Amino acid sequence: MTPPNHPDPLPPFSFAAFRAGARAMLPAQPGLIAFALVVGALAAQQGFSAIEALWMSAFVYAGMAQLITLQMWPADLTAAAAASLILVTTIVNLRFLLLSAAMRPWFGGLPSWQSYPMLTINTDAGYLVSMRYRAAGGNDFGFFLGGAMITWLIWVLATLPGYLLGAAIGAPQRFGFDVVMPAFFAAMLVPMWRGRSRALPWVVSGLVALAVDWLIDGYWFLIAGAIAGSIAGGLQHERE
Amino acid sequence: MSGSDGPVDVMTVLLAMAALTLVLRLAGFWMMAHVPLTGRVRRMLEALPGSVIMATVLPVAVKGGPVTMLAVAAALAVMILRRNDFLAVATGMAVAAGLRAFGVG
Repeated sequence: MTPPNHPDPLPPFSFAAFRAGARAMLPAQPGLIAFALVVGALAAQQGFSAIEALWMSAFVYAGMAQLITLQMWPADLTAAAAASLILVTTIVNLRFLLLSAAMRPWFGGLPSWQSYPMLTINTDAGYLVSMRYRAAGGNDFGFFLGGAMITWLIWVLATLPGYLLGAAIGAPQRFGFDVVMPAFFAAMLVPMWRGRSRALPWVVSGLVALAVDWLIDGYWFLIAGAIAGSIAGGLQHERE
Repeated sequence: MSGSDGPVDVMTVLLAMAALTLVLRLAGFWMMAHVPLTGRVRRMLEALPGSVIMATVLPVAVKGGPVTMLAVAAALAVMILRRNDFLAVATGMAVAAGLRAFGVG
């Protein structure tokens, strides 16, 4: 990483790179569409209006946080329930600090009015594709913008058919709809697998979550598990 | 939301969620110019997504009973074999719906 106070180079912009960036995100789209459909359907099941569902996808724009908060969305939205939804969102999205920090060496030379707006639509998938592009010597920030914009657009658009589908399904249990969230999340772990040592924090998180769920009502298990897993990761020795 | 237990507007909560997420999206970039992330903080943040998923799925699966656990296991197996999100979720749903149709759970 570039040390502080060292001027970062000014990256170029081209529409060719913009198109290449959008194309590079294509392999991620089926998974992204599936995710947005699930989020939209769950929003409908929880009694959101279509506008609220679309607004959430467009501006919260964080699939994992959306799916979890929608799953725990209470029928009676008290101040305490609202606070816990906001707390869960913050913890789930803390990882954005890392994705955002990783963009510094690339966008650090740009004026703030260009770098910060781009970062508002930064995602996990966009980060991964960008890091691959950078590793291959790429420097054109059109690449990032192309991938980020197509991803945002598809995410928001795919929320709507999901919402309509969710509204059409009356009894969620009969169609197995209640297992969509756990099934989808379990599947998400597969491409995240980086060997046993990286998975150790996941085990810690799962065990702590089970214990806390058994002891305390509500969604504290989620927060306790995530924090415990994260601390376990921090305590592990440096890897290569 | 000043301590009262009255209902909060959905849009108000969504607005707060969006604002906090936006701050996190921008803060890492800003911080890097001032204080670089240490190896420990980086490892903590790297461990977070998988930990969030585990902490969400495991209690939900256990509480859901055998039907949910089998459905999740089926989705996991399909994902490992085929690497296809759609197929994995559809299989999980089919397993749950099928088991219930046969009176399980």
